Parts: sequence; structure tokens; C-alpha cells
Amino acid sequence: MEEGKKKVSHGKGGNGPGNNPRRDFLKKFGLIGAAAATGGAAIYSGYHYEHSKGKHETVKVLTDDNRLVEIPADQVKDITSSLKALQTRGRDGIKSRRWVMVIDLSKCRNARQCIKACQAAHHLRPYEYHINTLVMQETESTPAYFMPKPCQHCDNPPCVSVCPVDATFKRQDGIVLIDNERCIGCRFCIAACPYSARIFHWEKPRDAEENKDKVYDVELNVPQKKGTITKCLFSADRLREGELPYCVSACPNGVFYFGDENEDTVTNGTTKKSVSLSSLLEDNGGYRLMPELGTEPRVYYLPPKNRLFDFPEDHKADEHNDYIL
Amino acid sequence: MAGDKAHIADKETLDKISADILRPVRQNRSFILWMGFLGLALVACLFAYTLQLRKGLIVTGLRDFVSWGMYISNFVFFVATSLIGMLISAVLGLIGYSWIKPIARIAEIIAVAFAAVAGLVIISDMGRPDRFPYLFMYGRIHSPILWDVTVVTTYLVLSLLLYFLPLIPDLEISKSRLKNAPGWLTKVYEILSFKWRHTKEQYRILLRSMRILLILIIPTAFAIHTVTSWLFAVTHRSGWDSTIFGPYFLTGAFVSGTAAVIIAMYFFRNNFRLKDYLTDLHFDKMSRLLVLVSIVYFYFNINEFLVPGYKLEKFDLIHIEALFSGHHALLFWSTQLLGLVIPMILLLFRKMRKPLPATIISVFVIAGAWLKRYIIVVPTQEHPFLPIQFVPGEWFVYKPTLIETAITIASILLVLIIITLLSKTFPVISIWEVAEDRAREKDEKLNGQPE
Repeated sequence: MEEGKKKVSHGKGGNGPGNNPRRDFLKKFGLIGAAAATGGAAIYSGYHYEHSKGKHETVKVLTDDNRLVEIPADQVKDITSSLKALQTRGRDGIKSRRWVMVIDLSKCRNARQCIKACQAAHHLRPYEYHINTLVMQETESTPAYFMPKPCQHCDNPPCVSVCPVDATFKRQDGIVLIDNERCIGCRFCIAACPYSARIFHWEKPRDAEENKDKVYDVELNVPQKKGTITKCLFSADRLREGELPYCVSACPNGVFYFGDENEDTVTNGTTKKSVSLSSLLEDNGGYRLMPELGTEPRVYYLPPKNRLFDFPEDHKADEHNDYIL
Repeated sequence: MAGDKAHIADKETLDKISADILRPVRQNRSFILWMGFLGLALVACLFAYTLQLRKGLIVTGLRDFVSWGMYISNFVFFVATSLIGMLISAVLGLIGYSWIKPIARIAEIIAVAFAAVAGLVIISDMGRPDRFPYLFMYGRIHSPILWDVTVVTTYLVLSLLLYFLPLIPDLEISKSRLKNAPGWLTKVYEILSFKWRHTKEQYRILLRSMRILLILIIPTAFAIHTVTSWLFAVTHRSGWDSTIFGPYFLTGAFVSGTAAVIIAMYFFRNNFRLKDYLTDLHFDKMSRLLVLVSIVYFYFNINEFLVPGYKLEKFDLIHIEALFSGHHALLFWSTQLLGLVIPMILLLFRKMRKPLPATIISVFVIAGAWLKRYIIVVPTQEHPFLPIQFVPGEWFVYKPTLIETAITIASILLVLIIITLLSKTFPVISIWEVAEDRAREKDEKLNGQPE
């Protein structure tokens, strides 16, 4: 395939070196062609320059590194993001941010709206979870409660340590992402994750047909790919747009706070009220899951005290909730 | 392995030994039938793999919670069994036991076959086998998988060399003595024997290089199974999170490998009519070795279960209950009793160390060894730290499917094919080493001075 393409381009443009020794005349022909093409291009760009000189329209553009610059309006070109650009951007993360999530267990009544919004955004089936609400009960004598469980985006992520091909990685803004164009499907990360945060595409993913031609966005993990891993991304695509994650904004009960640790501010997804992260944790006795493992999660929980509702008994009877471990 | 003084066998002895050992080296009807059977069975099983390639790992019983199953157990088993090459040739050989000479090559064949297929079976577990080259293109040295790939490859190369180097003089013998061999095979013998002329200098170099390889292969073999155990031990999960996993796996490996060699010895002894070379003494010695390694492995088993079983931390309790009295109890106790404790006791009796009973016991041991790997890999994943909820009911417990069983069988068939090909193309016992041994015995008898 590649060979064929090369040959064709030689014949047409003739701007490459004619490296076929048997066809010397082609080489000369190519040189003439290249000269002609260059000259034509020069004349064209000169014309273009003259043509646009009169108009001094400019636009302000924000660059990659957050500088505001001014450029001529006619130089603005719409580009579709290439896979490579999305991958590079996705690995870098968003500068000077340290994303953090706080989940208030006293408010969760298992509305499962977070799950639905997440599954819609990431094209997942109803039983494929980036975030799942678990029915938890520490011991027989303590009460049960609901616990939304996204990826904990650990600062010392076991999944990243064990990945043999650098398919899953930790970004500067604290998010752990997966590049499913890289993932080999060994599932070592599933074995290593103590929070069961990762899932695997055992079969063709939902919407595989519709997404066939989409450019893969590492910050949304769509299109999902068969034979690779997927998990919660803290909605990295939404954060880039300055929005709250899908689950956070979908919650009707004010369970989720999300924000930047560097700014010490988190915003409640339901009330949109911003509060100080440190005082929220301090006032409510915030904690993290399994801190003894040393994984340093970026997700904090507020204990399920003073719940405003009764725990529905029927959840205990659900056969899929073997919650007393 | 190397005697200080060369003992040259007289022509009569050499003739007899080469005739005996070279007799089965031919491609007769039964060989073709057997290979045909293996080949057909392999094709049937590989069809199952094409299904998996097309539909994805959904055709297996694996799901998000138990995401490693039969394939990984199989991989661990293959790596484990291949270690026997090191134990026999290197450890026992360097100590100076000469009884291993007729079986060293059998052990190396097993090492080569199992190590080679171990590298292949790991691909059957991959979600994206087409991206296998990524391991080399984007390899990340932090991951134990990279360490495993490195050491398994190294071990395979060293084992191949340890199989091949002592074979060179025998290839010359095969070339000059196997008059009925097809022309191409004679050519192969000729090329691979590198113009061997049986000179003293050649033997000196050969023995020297073998000695270097034998020393190198010991740490490599330790490394491959220790690293394989770390695939589990580096995680936080109860049942895997253990500091003794390295030696636990290593000693377990010697158990299954020793059993594999006994089974192979029995097969070659009868089918290749090598009773004069694979004698009752060899079965007795190998059975004793099996008892020894079983006792060591048993000791590690006690450590592995008694210590967490004493403390009964929350998740250790769930794990141990699942094994001792729960879902996996039947499998657990049958592997421990039928595959380890009872064989170990039976082999203490001299009568049980005769070829047939020792072989039957070894079959139990090796089957138990495979199931033990399954017991190590699967149950731990069925009880993660956070509860498994709101997923389809069949995700809770792992049940291997027919397709993944077929793919697993394919790997075993592949091992048998490699062993068959090697043993029917090249002499399965080292002719020159046995001849040298017999000559030494004779010399000693004549001179009356034991070495």
C-alpha cells in the first residue's frame, strides 16, 4: 500500500528525488516539475498576500499554553483534531490544576443519575461502569449506606505501575487516563487496582458501528475499543471546556463536589455553590478509601452521618448486592 | 557433567549404545500417525482461537472481576514445568551426580518445549494480540510483565543452547550411523554437527561452554518463576499479597517438572525400548527427588496458609474460607491431597518408586500442579475489596468455557508436538555421555581405583 502511494506521488508531483537509477529521465522530469510547482506556489502566495493586504482584520486566539495572541483573520483555519494531537494533549493534561472530587455519602440515595450520565457520555452498556453506586455495610452491626465509586485517580496508582506499555498514565493535573490505541489488553491493571475501578471490553463495545469513523479522543475514551480497558476519566474532556464532570452535574442530590486542589476550592454539582476544600473536609470528617494501601486517592468521602432519608430495605434483598463481605 | 579425564569408549560399547539409542530415531508409521493426530487436534483447537479473535474474550468465562483465568493458570504452569531443565542439568549436574546423564536431555527437551509454549500461551490471554510488538516498542521497565518477557526469553535461549551443545557430538554420530535416514535429515545432521571430529580439544571446549551455561541458567531459572509469581504478589489482593510467593512458586515448579520428567522417562523407556538406559535406578532417584521437592513445597504451603489463617484478617478470612470450605474446597483439597500429600507419602515406599507406580503417581502430581495454579489465580479475584454489585449474575463466579478449554488444550498439544519432533529427529539420550560413563566404569574396574 505504502509503496504504491509513493510511486504515484513521484509521478504526479515529481518533487521527490528520483531514486530509481534506471529512469534517469524521470528524475529530470521530476526536477522540472518541482521547479514549476514551487514557482506556481510562489506566484499564488504572492497574489494571496497582495489580495489580503488591504484588510487588517484580526482575531484574538488563546494558544495551547494559555497566551492570548492576535492573528490575521484570514489565517485562521479550522482543523479537525488528529489522533496524535488528541493523544499528546491527553497525556499532558491541563496545566497548574490538581483535580479533586469530594463525595458526600450522607446525601446519596442511589438515584443512579451519575451512572446514567456517565454511561451516555462514554457510550457504555448499563452494566459497564465508570462510576457505580455500591451498597456498603462495614459490619453487621453498622448501618448500610450508598457509596458512589468512580476511579480514585490515585497519586500512587498501582495500575500505572504495572502497565507494560505505558497505555495508562498519570497526568500533571492528577488524572489517570488510558490510551486505548496503546492498550494491549493484558488486564494487569485490573488485577492491580484495589478499587475495582477498571473494566474491560470483552466484546464489541456499545455503538461500535456508529463510532467507527470517529477520531479517538483519549480524554473521552470514545470510540471505546474491543479488547482494551476503560475506566472513569474524571470527564477530562469536560474539564478542558471548563465544565464539571458528567456525573457531578447529573446528580440531583448534591452528592458531588469537584474542583482544583491548588485553588482549595470545590464546586457542588447540584447547587453550583463553591466551597473551600479544606474546610469541607475538616468540618465533615472527610476520608479516603483504603488509605492503608498507600495509593493516595484524589477522591475524598464525607461520612454517611445525619442521613436525611431511610435506607430502603429492598436493596438488601437484591440478589446482586452481596454487600456484606 | 565433565569428568576431568576423558574416558574413551571402545568401539564395541559405542556401537551397542548408538544402535540402541538411535533405533527410535526414525519417522515410522506410528510417528506419522501420532503427529497426524496431534496436528488434527491442534487445528480443531486453533479453530476455537479464531472464534476468540473474531468475537473477543467474551467467548471465555472471564469478566471484569475474574479477569485472569485458565490462560494465566496455564502460563504459570508452563513456566513452572520448564524449570526442571535447570534443576536436573544444572543443580544436580554441577553437584556431580552422574546418574542424571541419560535423563538430562529429556529434562532439557521438557524445558525447551514448555518455555517456548509459555511464551505463546500468554498471547492467548491478550485482548489485543495484534499489539504484542508494543511490548518491545513501548515497553515500560516498571512493569513485571516486561521482566517476565525478558527472563522467559533468556531462559528459552539458554535451555535451547543447553539442549543443543551436548547434542553436537551425537549429531555427528547420527550422521555417520543413521544410514537409512532421508537425505535432508542427514544434511541437517551434517550442518548442525559443525564438522565435529570427536577430538579431545573439541570436547574440552564443549564441556567448558556447557559449564558456563549451566551456571548461567541457575539464576535465570530462579528469575523466571520468581518474576512470574510477582505478577500476583505485587498486587494488594488477599491471596496474592504474599512475600513468600517467589519461593512458593519456585518449589512448586520443581514438583510439577519432576513429575513431567518421570512421565516422559516412562514413555521413552517403553516406546523407544530404552530399558537399559532409563533403568529402575533412574525412576527410584527421580521419585526420591520428587519426595524431596514435594516436602519443600509442602512446607511453603503451610506457611502460605497457616500465617494468614491464624490472624484471619477480613479478606484473608474470605479467601481461606473459599478454599477450605467454600466454593473451591473440593478443588483445593483434591490438589493438596491427591496432587501433593498422598504422592509424597506413597513415594516414600520403595515399591512405589518402580517405573509404573511412580509414573501413575506423577500423573496425579502434574494434574494437581495444573489445578493448583488455577487455585492460586482464580479464587482471589472473586472477592475484591469492594463488593461486586449491579452486574449480571454470572459475573460473580468464573466458569471456564469450552472455547477457552480448547485453546488451553491446544497449548498442551503444542508441547507434545515439540517433544515428539525433537525426540524422533534427534537421539533422546546423550550417546557420547553415556558411552563415556560406561567407559569410565570399565576403566575403574580395570584399574581398581574408584574416582
